[in-house]
Amino acid sequence: MTLPATVAGLVREFRANGRIVIVGASLAGLRAAEALREGGFTGSLTIIGDEPYEPYDRPPLSKQVLKGWVPADHTKLPRMREVDADWRLGVAATGLDRATKQVRLADGEQVPYDRLLIATGKRARQWPNPAEAALDGVHTIRSRDDAAQLQKALGEPPSRVLVIGAGFIGSEVASVCRELDIPVTVVERGSAPLVGALGGVIGEIAAQMQRDHGVDLRCGLGVSSLEGDSGGHVRRARLSDGSTVDADVVVASLGSIRNVEWLEGSGLAAGFWGVGCDAGGRAFDINGVVTDSIYVAGDVSRAPHVLYEYQFLAMEHWDNAVFGAEVAAHNMVNLEPHYRPHLLLPGFWSGQFGVNIKSVGVPSFGDEIVFTQGPVAERRFAAAYGHRGRIVAAVTFDHGKWLEYYAKMIERSGPFPPPPPGWDLPPVMKPMPAEFPDPRVPTAIPDVVLTGHSPSGRTAEFRPRPH
Amino acid sequence: MVEETPWQQALRYANRANPYPFYEELRKTPVARQPDGTYVVSTYREIVTLLHDPRVSSDPRKCPVPVATQAEGSAQPVAEPIREALTEPNIITCDPPEHDRDRRMMMPHFAGPPPSPHLISDLEPEIRRLVDGLLDGMRGRNRIDAVDDFAYPLPVTVICEVLGVPLEDEPRFHHWIETALDALDFGPEAASEEIQSRLTGGRQAVQQFGRFAAGLLDRYAQQPGPGMLSAMVNEDGPEGRMSKGVLASNALLLIFAGHETTVNLIAHSVLTLLRHPEALEKLRRRPELIVPGVEELLRYESSVQFWHTRSALEDIDIAGTTIPKGAPIFLVYGSANRDPERFTDPDELDLERRDNQHLGFSQGIHFCFGAPLARLEVQSAVGEFVRRVRNPRLVEDPPPYRHNQIFRGPRHVLVDIDGIRD
Repeated sequence: MTLPATVAGLVREFRANGRIVIVGASLAGLRAAEALREGGFTGSLTIIGDEPYEPYDRPPLSKQVLKGWVPADHTKLPRMREVDADWRLGVAATGLDRATKQVRLADGEQVPYDRLLIATGKRARQWPNPAEAALDGVHTIRSRDDAAQLQKALGEPPSRVLVIGAGFIGSEVASVCRELDIPVTVVERGSAPLVGALGGVIGEIAAQMQRDHGVDLRCGLGVSSLEGDSGGHVRRARLSDGSTVDADVVVASLGSIRNVEWLEGSGLAAGFWGVGCDAGGRAFDINGVVTDSIYVAGDVSRAPHVLYEYQFLAMEHWDNAVFGAEVAAHNMVNLEPHYRPHLLLPGFWSGQFGVNIKSVGVPSFGDEIVFTQGPVAERRFAAAYGHRGRIVAAVTFDHGKWLEYYAKMIERSGPFPPPPPGWDLPPVMKPMPAEFPDPRVPTAIPDVVLTGHSPSGRTAEFRPRPH
Repeated sequence: MVEETPWQQALRYANRANPYPFYEELRKTPVARQPDGTYVVSTYREIVTLLHDPRVSSDPRKCPVPVATQAEGSAQPVAEPIREALTEPNIITCDPPEHDRDRRMMMPHFAGPPPSPHLISDLEPEIRRLVDGLLDGMRGRNRIDAVDDFAYPLPVTVICEVLGVPLEDEPRFHHWIETALDALDFGPEAASEEIQSRLTGGRQAVQQFGRFAAGLLDRYAQQPGPGMLSAMVNEDGPEGRMSKGVLASNALLLIFAGHETTVNLIAHSVLTLLRHPEALEKLRRRPELIVPGVEELLRYESSVQFWHTRSALEDIDIAGTTIPKGAPIFLVYGSANRDPERFTDPDELDLERRDNQHLGFSQGIHFCFGAPLARLEVQSAVGEFVRRVRNPRLVEDPPPYRHNQIFRGPRHVLVDIDGIRD
């Protein structure tokens, strides 16, 4: 038998009888499972999830679910096809042994795999003081249960909601509160809402939008402590300027943390920014060597991107989960030269205060911004971000239909500022500093971020030996 | 005599039933300059790019009549009665910010969001009832015309109800539309005596149609009634109301585009399925395929073959050429939808085609306003036709076509049948 024939036989054998384990019963996990079956994988498929629920959709949780339009348990993801999997729901993965190729579960069981997909995503960052975080009325929002609890609390209704952190989630929560006519205070450490993701110029517009909708917005401030009543319910927050806010619902929207702790000791390149992998989803080990049997997809993955100087790009985006999962699944059951790359142009959307905000590219990679279309004062516009004379990102407020135009320019590394449109000119068309905060300012981390060139995401430290 | 370009040949009436071989030729030059200075774009990628390019205008007031025509003296200037007769813009012939504002003002009265998010879906029982009635009416006959007996009556009845246009006015506006469309020609036959002789009538028809729409709006202004037109005249949104002239121009557009394109889509759907017995049989066995099936039919025989009011406001570099500032641009959706670079086996009818992002409704800010209504009507009509008509056979292939090139569709589709199921 020739070598190629032997290899082809092995691939066939793996597709027919291999064992694939997916950790993360998420959007990425589900779409990967479907893509594996679609790609002809008929072996055993195990899907492990720490939540007791089948995969559900998160974007509506901070919008339609909070508004009460859609019950939290009506967010189950539609199935594209049968996956015929062994679902292990409600039990977290707690360890990975690469030598014996086993995933360890919280209940002590060991699940063997031939190929593994890591899709463990992120979790909400909790309010740092555990006693205060435990007060009734203090919420985070990431999971279905979180959303159900917060929705119930908003239905009471509270006398005032305090939102800590004005990233996208915090801003969406504030928007829902105003729609429900609930008084809301938003406290943000940065100079404006959304400043981490979109910079200060857009942040200023978002700030005005919040105030126009009656949000009590306080920027440049932190929350020092939360105070409860004798019944253990939160009643008041003390801010860093010494002032206080009375509120009976507090939403800590402090960003999220990648779920990588279970990989401790596995030798994979897992860290703060997620698990490093190549553009085909194959995980790197801590030395930057690519593995053959472990793949990564979704929020927890970070991979080098050709458009951004091959820096590792980490994205918390819905379509990144879908397409990353499909690529990883394809590559799990194929061999070179049939590998596919996952080179998605980042993109996300948000709905808040009646405005549809969309973006493509990596805004924070830009240092300049220029308005390109639309009446900015009416908060209907498109703007482009530039870096060294090329366009690297764009954002639209109620102008999403134009985004594709900018996406194509970004893909071609088109010029910045881009050529002016033929109509609907914005009042000012001069590039200006985009005003992203200094990385040391503790504001929200953007949900798409360039994380450098190191596969392990660790910072090298130079320590000269003492002589 | 200079040889005609593929585009000119595609526009000849003799090729109306099958322009696709000429489109194939046309796509060899994705952005093709025509002798009259028009740039004809025929490939999917380039069309989508231009649909999203804010340097392209849809406003004919910014689009000069091709100059080269007169300069070369090779033909008569393109005469376009609709453009000439319409002095006010409607949403398909203007740019942002006017376009955005007007469409924003119209949308709440049609497909929501609030206050009327269910307006379209709530029409389903009524549409179903109309379809049933039309099919019931075919009982006892062994030959029908899928256009006059089926494809035409449904959309025109529905649009009259949605807009609040009295159904008894249908013969009048039907006549105006036919007269105007027959006078609208973009091809080498525009200069023919026959078309030239229709121009005056075409212009008059559009003017009469415009006066009809304005009169209807006036009546609703005095006495509010049911339907979208009355709501547009009487209800102030957050941005106020459209001017009377713009309102009338949009009313005319809604009446016309609200049924004409759907008629052609239903007629083409019946014709196409009868030409593809396997697809017809598959749809009969799996009626749920009507949903992706209608998308495929939209791709396969697009109701709007091209659009003609766009022009370049700046020099635009595309596909290795430069469309110069001021040049008219024609986007040929009918060709993009058969582009093999985008669609595998584009000339095959595949009711289960995946990733079928056809341009049957265009894309970008001018995406078809009435798409949700059209989908509902065609799914219902074609689905029921397939289910209920026994053994339908085409009498004549190809059937006779209407003259117009943009709104391409058969004049009649005669079908022999063995009866109507319950």
